Amino acid sequence: MIPISWYLILAAALFSIGLFGVLARKNAVAILLGVELMLNAVNINLVTFWRYNAPAEVTGQVFAIIVFAVAAAEVAVGLALIISIYRNRNTIVADDLDLMKW
Amino acid sequence: MTFTQVLFLIFAAIILGSAFMVVTTKKMIHAAFWLITTLFGVAALYAMLNAGFLAMVQIVVYVGAIAILFIFAIMLTRKDLRDSDTPLNKNWGVAALIGFLSFGGLLTILNNWTGLLKEAPELSSGMDTISDLGVALLSPNAYLLPFEVASVLLLAALIGSVYVANQAKSE
Repeated sequence: MIPISWYLILAAALFSIGLFGVLARKNAVAILLGVELMLNAVNINLVTFWRYNAPAEVTGQVFAIIVFAVAAAEVAVGLALIISIYRNRNTIVADDLDLMKW
Repeated sequence: MTFTQVLFLIFAAIILGSAFMVVTTKKMIHAAFWLITTLFGVAALYAMLNAGFLAMVQIVVYVGAIAILFIFAIMLTRKDLRDSDTPLNKNWGVAALIGFLSFGGLLTILNNWTGLLKEAPELSSGMDTISDLGVALLSPNAYLLPFEVASVLLLAALIGSVYVANQAKSE
């Protein structure tokens, strides 16, 4: 059997890699990829705690499904914004998008 | 080491390795393919955690919909960055430091927690998680309202993204 710590350490590592991607990538689409990695790490944690603490309840799985829906919504809006920005400014390098910078 | 532990380590190596490639690889389209590998690995973990429905949803929604959306967006915005030398911005050292700090902080929190070696309880035989889940999602006494709110959120996001992406070029 696998102790719960293995899953939690894996999720922590995945979250940190995603955080690095969000902070370090130039391309705006790559930043969204990092956000996806972070959401997946959170979902692993939710399902793990469901399995190890309350497998008779369905709460943990319902929570994970809501996270799926929010992730899909986030990607749709984020990519629409990126495509709109690309049309208007012809770039998606996050450093160059300083329109609102004072 | 038991068989399931070896299996877990293999999937963990796949997930972490491909996640690392997602954040460092130069070509965006390759990053999207590595993301698909990561998502398949996470789906395998769900299956190992006896959450078969979530594993299927992970493959259908993430690999089938979200990853394809990413590939579309990458292809539509491709001219950019194709020849650029580095995929990382100049602050990547600070970002790596923050990543390590967050990992270290999470490990410290885990280290101070007592339930760390807990093992999964046996599932009672005859338990049907999937039909329980379906009933819970559509029963007014359980999660009908959050479920409907999530669908309204998806609809709003869909309409919003069509509106945002469809605007004529402003001159």
